[in-house]
Amino acid sequence: MPEKTADTVRKTAVIDNPAPETTALVTEGPSAAKARSLWSDAWHDLRRNPLFLVSAVLILLLLTMAAVPGLFTSASPRHADLANHYLQHPNWGNFFAPDWLGYDGQGRSIYARIVYGARASILVGVGVTLLVAILGTTIGMLAGYFGGWLDSVLSRITDVFMGIPYLLGALVILTSFEVRSVWVVMLAMAFLGWTQIARVARGSVITIKQADYVVAAKALGASTSRILLKHILPNALAPIIVVATIALGGYIAAEATLSFLGVGLAEPTVSWGVDVSAGREQLRNAPYVLIIPSVMVSITVLSFLMFGDAVRNALDPKMR
Amino acid sequence: MGRYVARRLLQMIPVFIGSTLLIFLMMYALPGDPVRALMGDQAYDPAVVESIKRDLGLDLPVWQQYLNYLGGLLQGDFGTEIASKRPVAEIIAQAFPVTIRLTLFAFAFTVFVGIGLGVIAGLRPDSVRDRGLLTLTLVLISMPSFVLGYLMQFFFAFQLGITTPTVQDSESFGDLLLPAIVLGSLSLAYVARLTRTSMAENLRADYMRTAIAKGLPKHRIVGVHLMRNSLIPVVTFLGTDIGNLMTGAIVTEGIFNVQGVGDAIYEALFRREGATVVGIASLIVIVYLITSLLVDLLYAVLDPRIRYA
Repeated sequence: MPEKTADTVRKTAVIDNPAPETTALVTEGPSAAKARSLWSDAWHDLRRNPLFLVSAVLILLLLTMAAVPGLFTSASPRHADLANHYLQHPNWGNFFAPDWLGYDGQGRSIYARIVYGARASILVGVGVTLLVAILGTTIGMLAGYFGGWLDSVLSRITDVFMGIPYLLGALVILTSFEVRSVWVVMLAMAFLGWTQIARVARGSVITIKQADYVVAAKALGASTSRILLKHILPNALAPIIVVATIALGGYIAAEATLSFLGVGLAEPTVSWGVDVSAGREQLRNAPYVLIIPSVMVSITVLSFLMFGDAVRNALDPKMR
Repeated sequence: MGRYVARRLLQMIPVFIGSTLLIFLMMYALPGDPVRALMGDQAYDPAVVESIKRDLGLDLPVWQQYLNYLGGLLQGDFGTEIASKRPVAEIIAQAFPVTIRLTLFAFAFTVFVGIGLGVIAGLRPDSVRDRGLLTLTLVLISMPSFVLGYLMQFFFAFQLGITTPTVQDSESFGDLLLPAIVLGSLSLAYVARLTRTSMAENLRADYMRTAIAKGLPKHRIVGVHLMRNSLIPVVTFLGTDIGNLMTGAIVTEGIFNVQGVGDAIYEALFRREGATVVGIASLIVIVYLITSLLVDLLYAVLDPRIRYA
């Protein structure tokens, strides 16, 4: 579905309104339209992809929720009033009010907890992705560019980390910490997760380092760090970004799973995973206490997955 | 072929030692003390703790502990749990068969349903059923297994009353059906997508045109020509996935109360029982390494162009 929608949308866009294209040509000059870079080409594609637009709007909404939760609700996620017991069912018609989605076992507004829980999920998801991208790219670039014994050592280390099942490794690290703040969870997940990006980065650096412009830069006497940062990194970035955006959704799901298992985030941090875990006891009588945060996790993961899919289709020349 | 297998087996040794060492270090070098955990919240005599540690060899430097552990492992000794005094081998012998059964069940579900759905969609790219399947798999991928697990439990056990909410008998296949479906669903979605993409790509291949032009019957074109070529990426995924399924079982077994490896390791983690955790983790790493070797050997079966010298 994703790659094909992108295709058909592009075609119809070109056929339906050729006028804006030509006006753009006139105003920007012919050179700008002729040689579009990979990035502006991708952006051109993305703007016309409905999948991208829907997921981008959802992600913007989630980011706003994470940054300023006060915009969405006036209720506090930690205000517990046992008079609002969970058996007092949700008031579905009362949109965006504290009692809209009902109350949890401790009488806290589920809607407020959903809104405030976005911050932990987004922070961990984005943070782990950034850390993993930096760590993986560095290791992969060093291994790919220098080759030889450094490559052998780094590749074997990558193999070792890959041999450890992700969930198991994260469980082992996180259980040894008494206090698990957002940072601890983020670092533990990044420590185990960099292998895939390292492999991708290594592969693309090996291809790029034989390119003419790298040889030319070397012949002109550019320093190694300049070659790596100015010539190789920008050209190796596309596949890394693709892997990272798709992984982002997975990290959000992993954070929720770890919090659910009781080794990720913990009270008093407001997190969807923690809420799902707490909702287990009321599954029979008040299923929404568990189902609402679960659905929220799924929607968030889905938006980032669709976003990653769209970005991949736009950046991957094979999909054209 | 024989030399290739031997070389791969030799290459596995450093990876196995590295992975177990890493898990061992995470278990023993990070804070958290099994002997302290034994005492619970009670007041305790530091001298007693020290003497227990000395008896168990926990006062030695970490590298020496690791060598001792590895030495025992090579002789088939997985060590003993500190609190229960049960040999770890016994715990593993009890829990492993349950998880292997659950994993194989989930794996079979993934393979048959996943490839089946992928074939159905991939034969007609861009049709309604193709789009429907891709949407369905996207939804499945975005549901963490605990979400799917509780939704299933809620609908099938509480709403419809078809099954019991948790597994009563971890030995029975019927009871394991629901946990296996939950465990396998994520892989199923990936397998269906991979199969579909790979088939849609290969439909345009030259050998497909030739096969059709030769007038071969359809089942032969699809079954032999198309499937055999399209399944290579799927087999790669499936091979690395068995290890993931076994750890994914930690969540699924927790939700459905299956007495398997996931359950055992989860419990051991909170009591800081290093021997149990490292023992089970090592076995999972071995399973992962062996399945990835088997996958590489399967390539040669599926694609005669690949030969191992």
